[in-house]
Amino acid sequence: MDVEEIKQNWLNREFDVAEFPITQERILAYVHACGETDPRFSDPEHPEFQAPPTFTAQYVGRRILPRDFPMLGFRGFDAGKTVVLHGPARPGDMLFGHSTIADAYEKTGRSGRMVFLVHRMEFVNQKEERVSTVDWRMVRQPDAEPEKSQK
Amino acid sequence: MKIEDVEIGDELPAEQPDVRVERVREFAKTAGMLTGRFVDHEKAREQGLPGAILPGIMSQALLAAVIHRWAPGCAIQQIDTVFRAPILVDSRPTTRGVVTSTDTDAKTVDVDLTIENEAGETRVLGTAVVRLD
Repeated sequence: MDVEEIKQNWLNREFDVAEFPITQERILAYVHACGETDPRFSDPEHPEFQAPPTFTAQYVGRRILPRDFPMLGFRGFDAGKTVVLHGPARPGDMLFGHSTIADAYEKTGRSGRMVFLVHRMEFVNQKEERVSTVDWRMVRQPDAEPEKSQK
Repeated sequence: MKIEDVEIGDELPAEQPDVRVERVREFAKTAGMLTGRFVDHEKAREQGLPGAILPGIMSQALLAAVIHRWAPGCAIQQIDTVFRAPILVDSRPTTRGVVTSTDTDAKTVDVDLTIENEAGETRVLGTAVVRLD
């Protein structure tokens, strides 16, 4: 399957919604691990205490790709992430992550053909307020040999 | 920090974030990424990697923390990171940032971001849009 077929058949179709409860404990663990020192994110007593801006980038839905999506080879890697912030996520919130494939494009590198899939998760809270948009650029290498181990 | 205090070309203080295996394991645990390639050098080598590598989203979180230390109270509106090459766990990477544009009406600045390894090679690069009040 080529990129144009992917665009035609799979783009912008929601294929998953997953729930993510936001807890103080998980925010603090994340903040400590990445060395965040801003009290808005590290001090639960701060009046604006909330999850740090990249917090929702850690979440994946129940499915990474739509059911019956073409394999596009056995190898791939994570090429990057974009987070656009719309509003805060606070302890006690329930976030809903809506997944789509937002774009697909192709490049050729030293290791051959690479298909970039932009996996988008739109996060809204329990009040249906937008929280963030996370674009995950996944690269698939249709012509590459399988990895020795997939551990 | 206010928008009036910032000029194009201003550099964020360089930092050497903690990417020891203990810290990366902590991040991987909270992010649900406790797989060998991130937290175990031997298992990462079995997969053809030179050693355990930092999760990409941890690199992004480290850069966000650098922005918050540079401009306390700022609001990151957007952050984009490109994982060009792996950063090794237990290495000594350096984060850098530079202001590339300012918008006094919107009170925002654009910042270019990088994480370099010990050899000075850029392994992660990115941009952020940051609001300063």
